[in-house]
Amino acid sequence: MNFAAALARIDTAAVTQAPLLSVRSLQLHLPSSPQPLRLVDGVSFDLRRGETLGLVGESGSGKTLTALSIMRLLEPPLSGCVHGEVALDGVELMSLPESEMSALRGRALSMVFQEPMTSLNPVMTVGQQIAEPSMRHLGLGAAAAGARAEEMLRLVGIPDPARVAASHPHLLSGGMRQRAMIAMAIACRPALLVADEPTTALDVTVQAQILELLGELQRELGSAILLITHDLAVIAENAHRVAVMYAGRIVEEAPVDLLFAGARHPYSRGLLASIPRIERARLDILPEIPGVVPGPGERPAGCSFALRCARASARCHAEVPPLAAAAPGRRLACWNPLDG
Amino acid sequence: MSKPAAASGRVWRRFLHHRIACVGGIVVALLLSAALFAPVLAPRDPTFLDTSVRFLAPFADSRFLLGTDELGRDTLSRLLHGGRVSLTVGLVAMATTVLTGAVIGITAGYLGSLTDTLLMRFVDTMLCFPQVFLLLVVAAFVPPTLLSISLVIGLTSWMEVSRIVRAEILNLKEQDFVAAARALGASRARIMFRELLPNAAAPILVAATLKVASAVLMESYISYLGYGVQPPLASWGNMLTNAQGYFNTVPWLAVLPGVAITATVMGFNFLGDGLRDALDPRLRMGP
Repeated sequence: MNFAAALARIDTAAVTQAPLLSVRSLQLHLPSSPQPLRLVDGVSFDLRRGETLGLVGESGSGKTLTALSIMRLLEPPLSGCVHGEVALDGVELMSLPESEMSALRGRALSMVFQEPMTSLNPVMTVGQQIAEPSMRHLGLGAAAAGARAEEMLRLVGIPDPARVAASHPHLLSGGMRQRAMIAMAIACRPALLVADEPTTALDVTVQAQILELLGELQRELGSAILLITHDLAVIAENAHRVAVMYAGRIVEEAPVDLLFAGARHPYSRGLLASIPRIERARLDILPEIPGVVPGPGERPAGCSFALRCARASARCHAEVPPLAAAAPGRRLACWNPLDG
Repeated sequence: MSKPAAASGRVWRRFLHHRIACVGGIVVALLLSAALFAPVLAPRDPTFLDTSVRFLAPFADSRFLLGTDELGRDTLSRLLHGGRVSLTVGLVAMATTVLTGAVIGITAGYLGSLTDTLLMRFVDTMLCFPQVFLLLVVAAFVPPTLLSISLVIGLTSWMEVSRIVRAEILNLKEQDFVAAARALGASRARIMFRELLPNAAAPILVAATLKVASAVLMESYISYLGYGVQPPLASWGNMLTNAQGYFNTVPWLAVLPGVAITATVMGFNFLGDGLRDALDPRLRMGP
């Protein structure tokens, strides 16, 4: 296969209408009895260059597993249970041999993790760690890669890059470490950046800075960002589109402003309603969605949300609603949607 | 100011702050230089027999500073030359042990599944046999030279190191930074040897220093059984062996090589302790 050409195409950040990342029917079913554990259950979405797609959902909804499946970072036996198609700029990732996949990781697509405190190697200096991807993917020598690492640290807003590059991770604060992680992830200017709860472990002011940084870098590098979070406020301010996940499936996908103006899936609506708002009367009880998410091994035959849904009909309990276009740019998986 | 220099300066300063480690370092340095310069330092030929001066006590005769043994050989000269042999065996065996143990441990720990099972059952099998037994079996086929003895000792004592390393790697490989390194395209070998191995350096270093000590002792065991360093060549091990027949009457013949072995063992242990602390960037102590 013409691998080098594919790589070159990914490198040129031409803005085209064709999606950069196209995920189709991504599945992660763990064999189990009486029924398999449906951790990720047919996830499909597109992501264009320069766009941020927010993937939002409760813990256990399959957001992180979706990301790890796309990156092909799952270990056996989980890795053997992933099915579906993931194309990055036309290159089908799922069928690539591991060696070619690892040549793409860090270069065409890379990932920022949730925990900056543990995602850096404690015995290597920050500079060494940022230099690694450039040495591996761009063939730079140690000195050139070191210089590039400092440049990257400056790019992610670290005022004293030389000192930070020579430091070990334990000397840095959480925010600094997450900046360093981001510097590592973007060192080779990947076309796709997967950010898995990049700010969850940080305090609120630092959180805002990091998200702003991601936005700036996106404008500068033209990367697409898959932003995974459980925090709707983060999505509202930083994503262009949002996909709401529930029990391993995407239940609603819409441009951010439309979703926040009027979510049509009862689950999305419930999620939005449970955000505390200042204008609410003080004694109001925060609305919550009754019941709990069904576990991955106890999914009902129909819609997974039916048991908790006030609008559920007989059809909801019998048939899984497909994720279908409800309006331009908008998809919905619901038999009885609310009005937008 | 270059960065590596700054980092090594920090390590050095931390090492110097560690009193006992410095003592260990000095002892090891003295022993190594004594061994290195033995031909110059030794007052006499260590194999020269003079039956007219058997069993001289230390400091009894100015010609024989540390006395003589049952054949009238100069004990000081034999200690110096024996140190060459014993330290060589200790260091080469330690290097072999650590290298084999680390590679096997990290492979088993990181790759897991079938590789892990096969390697660890092999380790179990090796551990089932007493080491002396293994040594004697191998010694029956391999002529005893300095190098072969060292390698054989090393290749029969790496199992504990591999278990230590495996346990450490099993713990380390679940950490986020490994996933992060994979997400940035690091290869398996790179993760094993560049990301994980340095994190396991502390227990490996400590095991290594202990292995120097046990290799020196192991050499004396097999010398005792006649498969080690062959007389008249001196080693601390065979000096001890010779001395045991006269322990009631001339105890210093056993005490002197015993002191040398003890000093080596303790010196390397202290050194390893200090190195572990100095090299670990997570331990912040002193400037």
